[in-house]
Amino acid sequence: MKKFESKKRYVLPGDFITTAPLRLQGNVVLEGKRVIATSIGLSDVSADSVRVIPLTGVYLPKIDDLVIGTIQYIFGNSWFADINSCYQGMLLGQDVFGRGSYPTTSEMKERLDNGDIIYAKIANSDRQREPLISIADQSLGKIDSGELVKISPTKIPRLIGKHGSMIQSIEASTNATITVGQNGLIVVSCDETNGLLKALAAIRMVDEQAHLVNLTDKVKKMLESDGV
Amino acid sequence: MGGREANVVLLDENGIRSDGRKVNETRKVTIKAGVLKNASGSAYIEFGGNKILAGVFGPRDVHPKHMSNPDTGILRVRYHMEPFSVGERKKPAPSRREIEISKVIKEALEPAVMLEKFPRTAVDVFLEVLQADGGTRCAALDAASVALADAGIPMRDLVCACASGKAADALILDVNNEEDQAGQADMPIGYMPNLGKITLLQLDGVLTADEYKKCIELGLEGCKQVYEIQKNALREKYFSSGDKD
Repeated sequence: MKKFESKKRYVLPGDFITTAPLRLQGNVVLEGKRVIATSIGLSDVSADSVRVIPLTGVYLPKIDDLVIGTIQYIFGNSWFADINSCYQGMLLGQDVFGRGSYPTTSEMKERLDNGDIIYAKIANSDRQREPLISIADQSLGKIDSGELVKISPTKIPRLIGKHGSMIQSIEASTNATITVGQNGLIVVSCDETNGLLKALAAIRMVDEQAHLVNLTDKVKKMLESDGV
Repeated sequence: MGGREANVVLLDENGIRSDGRKVNETRKVTIKAGVLKNASGSAYIEFGGNKILAGVFGPRDVHPKHMSNPDTGILRVRYHMEPFSVGERKKPAPSRREIEISKVIKEALEPAVMLEKFPRTAVDVFLEVLQADGGTRCAALDAASVALADAGIPMRDLVCACASGKAADALILDVNNEEDQAGQADMPIGYMPNLGKITLLQLDGVLTADEYKKCIELGLEGCKQVYEIQKNALREKYFSSGDKD
């Protein structure tokens, strides 16, 4: 086991992690002088901070996150999209039709209708209102084709890997295009059936075994094998 | 309380209880986490003869809207006994007792869950008692706590619960149905072991001040035993194929 991994430990809510005066990052809480885990996951104590990498949990929108959503309904001048969170993403009509425009519902339906899948960015998110999403960028907008897969949002960083290593190796060996949303939704598109199935199997594998070491090697091995 | 069924031998001369346990022994407890696919988190507990299923949904939108809190999420608990859970059919409508137990379980879980991270949402906990054998509120609380952790709701600690009480003039751990009916006292305790805080404490019956203290100590011992089983259930689901720690 490498040196940095020895500091990681499986924790459950309430488990004591350390008493060291470190910066609290995520899924930990200070009770007196003791740092305690608040989620099921892996504790990660670094030189100056402490956190728990969660293995389960819901997606909370963060500004600049890229997410995949499904349009649910149009209300007033906005679309409301299911972004796999406890909050709905609000996409303003002005974001699509330009500032100062007031499109009719039918115009809005023509552009994006209920059930359409969009790739969007979280433009604003606070505790008071529903998170604002935006599709005003070249890479963003409606997704026309592909296979929609849902995994736990907590496992998305593992799917992407360090500097995108995991996702790149899956894409390279299957010729698939994978659009990853931080909210746990993924769209996989591939011309070859075999490649598509392999990419889906790799994503499922990451979802199931995110807490294990050497996952990248295991996924590579699976991708190199002939069958799915 | 107070010896309604005189013909039941609650404690024999060797200190063995009606179901063969010692005075400081709990019934067999098994917990399984993540048993329901459609719920955000779930757990199934068998606590002696009790069989309880817990399902957690959320955080999700609050309906009716006026119940939502702009500062924090809210916790809602529904404890329900199936009509077939007891010997004689129980009417499925919520009874006074079920409403009370829903309330005490909710209040026992609230100090543990950190819902301030999810304003304007609700976390719903559904507890279905499939088979009842005394001590269902404790068993339901144990299952609810595991299901909440399974759902990924941030928690300061797991809440574990176990009852202690008095029967045949002896203090006993984990009161079963006969001991509850014919015994002298029943004291369900909910406890957060890592924080050392009691979140549920009820007492039905009469105890002296000294007995009361000893009863709490005994109950906390039971809670700690249940806590290990809760942790193992979560470890089994999340870390079973792992090789760390």
